[in-house]
Amino acid sequence: MADKYAWPAENERAYIGKRISRVDGPFKVSGRAKYTYDYNPKGLLYGAVLRSPYPKARIVSIDTSAAEKMPGVKSVHIVQKDPTGKPVTIQFAGDDVVAVAAQTEDQAEDALRAIKIQWEVLPHFVQDEKEPSGPLQGPTVMSQDDLVGALSNQMPQGQLIQQLKTNGVSFKVDDEFIKQMKQFNIPQPIIDAVQQAPYHPEAQNQPQSPYKEVRNETKGDPDSGFKSADVTHEGLYGSTVITHCCMEAHGVVAEWPDPDHLLVHISTQSVSSMPGQIAGGLKAQGVNIDAANIRVEQQNVGGGFGSKFSADRWGVYVPMLSKKAGGAPVKVMLERDAELEVAGARPSHYARVKIAATRDGKITAWDANGWGTGGPGGGAAPPLPYVFDVPNQRNRYISVSTNTGPSRAWRAPQHPQAAVITMGALEDLAAKLNMNPVEFFRKNIEYVTEARRQIYLDELDIADKMMNFSSRWHPRGQGGSGMMRQGLGLSIHTWGGRGHNSNCDFTIHPDGSVDIKMGTQDLGTGTRTAILIVAADTLGIPMEQINLHIGDSSYPTSGGSGGSTTIGGVSSSTRRGAVDARDALFAKVAPALGSTPDKLVARNGKIFVEGDESKALTWKQACAKIGPMPITVQGKNPGPENLTNSGVGGVQMADVSVDTETGIVKVNKMVAVQDCGLVIDLKTAESQVLGALVMGVSYALFEEKIYDPSTGVMLNDNMEFYRLAGLGDIPEMQVHMMTGKGYDERGVIGLAEPPTVSPGAAISNAVANAIGVRVPYLPITPDRVLQALESEEKGARA
Amino acid sequence: MAKRDDEIKQIPGEESGNGLSRRSFLKIGGLAAAVPVVTGPKIIQVGGEQVEVHGPHAAPITLMVNGKRQTLNVEPRVTLLDALREDLDVTGPKRVCDRGECGACTVLIDGKAVYSCSTLAIDAQGKEIVTIEGLMAGATQLSPVQEAYVQHDASQCGFCTSGFVTATTAFLRDHPNPTHEEMVRNLGGNFCRCGTYGGIREVVQAHAGGKRAATEAAGAVAVKGGF
Repeated sequence: MADKYAWPAENERAYIGKRISRVDGPFKVSGRAKYTYDYNPKGLLYGAVLRSPYPKARIVSIDTSAAEKMPGVKSVHIVQKDPTGKPVTIQFAGDDVVAVAAQTEDQAEDALRAIKIQWEVLPHFVQDEKEPSGPLQGPTVMSQDDLVGALSNQMPQGQLIQQLKTNGVSFKVDDEFIKQMKQFNIPQPIIDAVQQAPYHPEAQNQPQSPYKEVRNETKGDPDSGFKSADVTHEGLYGSTVITHCCMEAHGVVAEWPDPDHLLVHISTQSVSSMPGQIAGGLKAQGVNIDAANIRVEQQNVGGGFGSKFSADRWGVYVPMLSKKAGGAPVKVMLERDAELEVAGARPSHYARVKIAATRDGKITAWDANGWGTGGPGGGAAPPLPYVFDVPNQRNRYISVSTNTGPSRAWRAPQHPQAAVITMGALEDLAAKLNMNPVEFFRKNIEYVTEARRQIYLDELDIADKMMNFSSRWHPRGQGGSGMMRQGLGLSIHTWGGRGHNSNCDFTIHPDGSVDIKMGTQDLGTGTRTAILIVAADTLGIPMEQINLHIGDSSYPTSGGSGGSTTIGGVSSSTRRGAVDARDALFAKVAPALGSTPDKLVARNGKIFVEGDESKALTWKQACAKIGPMPITVQGKNPGPENLTNSGVGGVQMADVSVDTETGIVKVNKMVAVQDCGLVIDLKTAESQVLGALVMGVSYALFEEKIYDPSTGVMLNDNMEFYRLAGLGDIPEMQVHMMTGKGYDERGVIGLAEPPTVSPGAAISNAVANAIGVRVPYLPITPDRVLQALESEEKGARA
Repeated sequence: MAKRDDEIKQIPGEESGNGLSRRSFLKIGGLAAAVPVVTGPKIIQVGGEQVEVHGPHAAPITLMVNGKRQTLNVEPRVTLLDALREDLDVTGPKRVCDRGECGACTVLIDGKAVYSCSTLAIDAQGKEIVTIEGLMAGATQLSPVQEAYVQHDASQCGFCTSGFVTATTAFLRDHPNPTHEEMVRNLGGNFCRCGTYGGIREVVQAHAGGKRAATEAAGAVAVKGGF
């Protein structure tokens, strides 16, 4: 059959697309769900980590001798030891320097205080909000420090080799240096690239600049685009650096049951890729172990949001601590301050935008000068202009290197920041035209990719009705005359979300029980539930009849949970596995039913001949015909027939009140209209969108990583001053999922990222609509609101 | 155990009678410096009264956790949270902020929701400690609040959920007809990162409406394979 794997039609679905409660809910609400942090094997040692108090400093010496003799201490490992033996330069405060394992956590912390480090403190730079001024970096010629930094920060090999090839090195590469690199197991292609890199001794004296131009592109003719316009607007927009703040900090428990095998529990978004990553990290420490001899387990993860793909330094030094302690299990969970400083950052993006339109609201030109930081490595340009590919663009972006914790992917990387800039500029321009932004967006819908034009138009309509947007919308600044002002704003977004590579073992036992093994993970998105829904619908049996095993690297590999790729991957591999297993069962039972396998149907706990339900076997009776050996097949994605797809839209609207005396913003209501192809579980899908709105309110109003320019350290590395939204901050929320005809047949598409993109932009636009002036940067804190109001007043007086 | 000092018990905030209370400390005054390093709780005579001295080393204490009397050896500086998790393997309460800001470590002490990260284990002696594990209606039966959390999908990654369910249990017991303001005040000390507040709000609203949620058929799915 050509379409045997295709998703079942709506009338054949018992579970798919329905509201199913998450299967692990009962475990989570009763404290029985176990996380990496909860794994307490016998003889567990507790680790503690000495971190750099300086944002930039060279480590002259480390003396751990006193710490090693402290009560309870079992092992000490110097994390910052460079491959060439040169002193290491720390690039951000809080970076791991020395790790200690002891019998109790307090003993481990006591031992840290006995470690003596001699530092050479270097000048640092942590400012990113101010528009770059000063010289730009030339092509980055690598110093020895840069190279060591790139190696220890796991810069992708291809990128490093390319950089060495193109820009060269500023130091003399001698035989001793090559020998040292070899000793530290640096991959041969990198060693070759270092040897062949052009030598630029003059670069040693180059002035260092934190600014680097990473994008400078022109499309069409911006100058004439601006000339032909009737209305031009210029504005400043941006989002500061925020952090992931996973409730479960990053962390690891590692143990060596014997010298050749390593068992690792790690809080991760990518179980299947961990053994390889950890083996690679250990190799650089001079410990050779095959990835095949590393087993990684994780039953539950307390949040990731993009920050838990790497094995990280702790994924290597915790196994090292364990090895040095004779293989005893060692646990290191990051302290909250470290979690906020080093284990999570969403890059900042700011831009001065000039945008123009004709009188009737057609955009004619766009010019953006952007900048932002992703930490010591600078950062990439965001996708500007966002969603609307308007004619006549100029886009320039300067990446700013700062001595701050390196960025990690944060739920819909780059998109929320790009939306704040683009949707803000569009809304400001619409305001200048005195036009309802819904109408303005519609007028310019031709600049949206054709594939999603109609989706956006439909979603705009639905959102408009849910919010009563157009009927309640008022021109800017007419949100009331008293202290409290009310406003409405909107934003639209997009994401890919095609399913990743995924494999599972799918087994039907002769007693009728079923088990699925897959090396995936459930981040709280409902992955387990989705797999069981698909399997149960395919076999026509209840979900509770199926055993699901995930979170173990010894199971068939499945992709990391990022970029909204999991649902498409796991549902597709499960579907293919379930169909093949079911068909194998059909082949076994067809003779008993006096039929052929292609005529059989599995539904309602029975296998029967299509069109004649009197010819039926119960599921158990059917499975008894399997024989002594169970049926086991592999389900894969990708595979035959396309079960997953890419490319969604999404519209969100916000209703806010702003207190113009205090500057406090209150979000009254948010509306989200979202498509994601075929929805597997409507209940958990809506929860994803609701969660994204909450996260959006949080980053729109509260979240900001604040660095002290003079000391270069994060000032709010705790949950009191790094404020997340709480119950009292949450608006009325309405979610509408686009389902049914036109959507279901697209196949399964990921959902986690897209609804996270628009809340900040929609709220920012609603605030502008309420108070009549743009608050340039997120988070929209009271001080920023008052500052914007004040500058508006000054402007009006002048 | 040392004889309780009734006079000390009358001082608010010093009811525990364990450790060395401020009052006892004042009584022994300069003597404190002369107290030798001990390995267990030491009882010294001060003004004819017996005073218990703990630390700095580990000493045996007894905690009543989820109806079970448990004896463990901890240093006086150990928090109740760490004692529960590390010594008793009661891992429902989580350490997230470790300074009384996020509520993930919430437990009930004598029925009151408290942050176990900000309570010393030695101070929790002689009190009823109930954690999320102790809130089940039966060995495998969820409590109505737990059921409602499942039905309203008020947990995603689940790491804040233990604390939230515990705090909600105490809150709804004390506020059978909660208002929005009461909810915000009483559950405002718990944070969630996945954004499950919508579901949590529904849990409270459903309770306020007197419509205690029946377990949805699919919500009661027994999950095999263990989590």
